[in-house]
Amino acid sequence: MKTRINSIFLGFLGAVLLSLAASPAAFALSDAYKDNIYNPGVLKATNSVLQVKVGGKAPDFALKSVTGEKVSLSQFRGKKNVAISFVPAAWTPVCSDQWPGYNIVKEMFDANDAILLGITVDNIPTLFSWTNQMGKLWFPVLSDFWPHGAVAKKYGVLRSDGVTERALFVIDKKGIIRYIDVHDINQRPPLEVLMGELEKLKD
Amino acid sequence: MMRRMLWLAMLAGVMILCGPADGRSAGPPPVGGKLPDFTLGVPKDAAQKTYLGLSGSGAFKIPQIRAKTVVVEIFSMYCPYCQKEAPNVNRVFEKIEADPVLRGKIKLIGIGVGNSAFEVRVFKKKYNVPFPLFPDGDFVLHKLLGEVRTPYFIGVKIHPDGSHQVIHSRLGAFESVEKFLDEIVKTSDLK
Repeated sequence: MKTRINSIFLGFLGAVLLSLAASPAAFALSDAYKDNIYNPGVLKATNSVLQVKVGGKAPDFALKSVTGEKVSLSQFRGKKNVAISFVPAAWTPVCSDQWPGYNIVKEMFDANDAILLGITVDNIPTLFSWTNQMGKLWFPVLSDFWPHGAVAKKYGVLRSDGVTERALFVIDKKGIIRYIDVHDINQRPPLEVLMGELEKLKD
Repeated sequence: MMRRMLWLAMLAGVMILCGPADGRSAGPPPVGGKLPDFTLGVPKDAAQKTYLGLSGSGAFKIPQIRAKTVVVEIFSMYCPYCQKEAPNVNRVFEKIEADPVLRGKIKLIGIGVGNSAFEVRVFKKKYNVPFPLFPDGDFVLHKLLGEVRTPYFIGVKIHPDGSHQVIHSRLGAFESVEKFLDEIVKTSDLK
């Protein structure tokens, strides 16, 4: 009997500790989304193996954008530096405010002769509804939906559950990867780090 | 009997662990209540320091601001509604500054939750925000303030003895700039 109570107690204590460990990640949600954001809780920080490296050539891709046109990486070769922002999924907490932040700093990308490409593995209709909540975005939002996450897989940022990492890649005009940040999926990368990396390309 | 007591003890333990003591917030500051206990860094900029009536460097508490009422906007550079609302909040500031009765009595500040100092500066520059903005990069203040969605507005009345009371606590954009300011003026007993 005593053993049984002990095991109940231990089980209970374990459950309490687990629930505490799984406290939600910190994020500040815009009222723009009302109650439409799904909270997946705290996820494993990263869950994939990079397939590219700094100094290597960035794999080319061509993906359909929310506005209908196809956008390829190679179309910017010799013309623009490219920042790629992979975010895990539409309608989730941290992702829902990462791009609206980039949306007010177009001048900073321009000043560094850079374009931003936003990519998720969501399909176009989902991306359409979600990005509509953000206001008009100045950068292309691309869908890596089918074949599912093929581009993310090429870069090595497709997680085992089919969403992508929260990852940033900076690619110079020659198509060479100059910076990679596979960020903790639960947190937003600070803007100053990305801007600092883009500024380095001026040298 | 012993088993029941054990369960009760465990339940009490769980309630203690899951309460605000574990670092999670207990909701936004209610009207009639007080602000949670926290400090902000005294701005380096002389004009902003003068605006707030602060001196020296280091930290200060909101009730130390020289004002009858302080309006605190909880915002984020990354929040589309905060971006859209920014010109309206600026208008509230301008209306206060243009009114000889209100000028110097109602002060505005913003707290950028989850925003680094750099990100707060980006927001300030982008929208020409004339009042002081403070970063809360690690969400510490956001947790204390009830993890509210943004933008969120808190009005704090400061009494002559230095005590304070929350007189306004509301989520979302203003219905109108005039209505918002009228309400703050009325609840502050300023006109």
